[in-house]
Amino acid sequence: MKSVITTGKTIEDAVLAAAIQLAVQRDKLDIEVLEEPVKGLFGVFGGKDAKIRATVFQSMGDTAQGFLSELFDKMNLEAKVDVTETDDVISIHVSGPKMGILIGHRGATLDAVQYLTSLAVNRDSDKYKRVIVDTENYRKKREETLIKLARRLAHKVHKTRKKVVLEPMNPFERRVIHSTLQKDPYVVTHSEGDEPYRKVVITLK
Amino acid sequence: MVELVEYIARSLVDNPEQVVVNRVEDENSIIIELRVAPDDMGKVIGKQGRIAKAIRTVVKAASLKENKKVTVEIL
Repeated sequence: MKSVITTGKTIEDAVLAAAIQLAVQRDKLDIEVLEEPVKGLFGVFGGKDAKIRATVFQSMGDTAQGFLSELFDKMNLEAKVDVTETDDVISIHVSGPKMGILIGHRGATLDAVQYLTSLAVNRDSDKYKRVIVDTENYRKKREETLIKLARRLAHKVHKTRKKVVLEPMNPFERRVIHSTLQKDPYVVTHSEGDEPYRKVVITLK
Repeated sequence: MVELVEYIARSLVDNPEQVVVNRVEDENSIIIELRVAPDDMGKVIGKQGRIAKAIRTVVKAASLKENKKVTVEIL
């Protein structure tokens, strides 16, 4: 983390100097006073300056932003990272010319990037925040695709009276299938197998 | 690719200074060897290799342009 040690006639002066040196707003600084200022004789002789250490304060969202920017840079992927942070969720939107690479097969790369970001961001924090990485509205579109798939397969199970086993999905995707068919009059769903190969099975009621 | 693996690993472990990454290359493949402090092994492998798998997925995506197969080995 970036930090500097500065001095000034008052603590306030030292903080200002630090803000200028680090090129950040003052409210983004954590201040530790190393030496209190001592007023000298007539305010001139024998006085001692205030000495502080200022550290740039990083929110978890800032950490996510930094991690992803650096990651995409090292992947040679041109991308813009926009972070929205609430009390328990960090939502990141990535945009750029080649987002297909970031998404990967069925969102595998996007999920991997999201998982690694979550680990990096939550590592040094006592509070856990969920991290969502999305691009080109992929997650919303994928959810819509899954809802359609679920309805189509439910219809097939109803018609053929044979169960259907879906391909392995992550918990989020499985939940979309389960909740879509929860109130279906003809079929029921459950999951089989172990992570990461857990699959949804649709059977006749 | 070495820098990418190094960066991801350093962001995950407790002893980033002990992360060492090497590149071994032959005619048709590139192997990226990742070494971390013994205590940090779990941080780059994860439950059922989930973290290792995520690292490999990201490396694979980044190496699409390479003509060679790129694998990541954790030693």
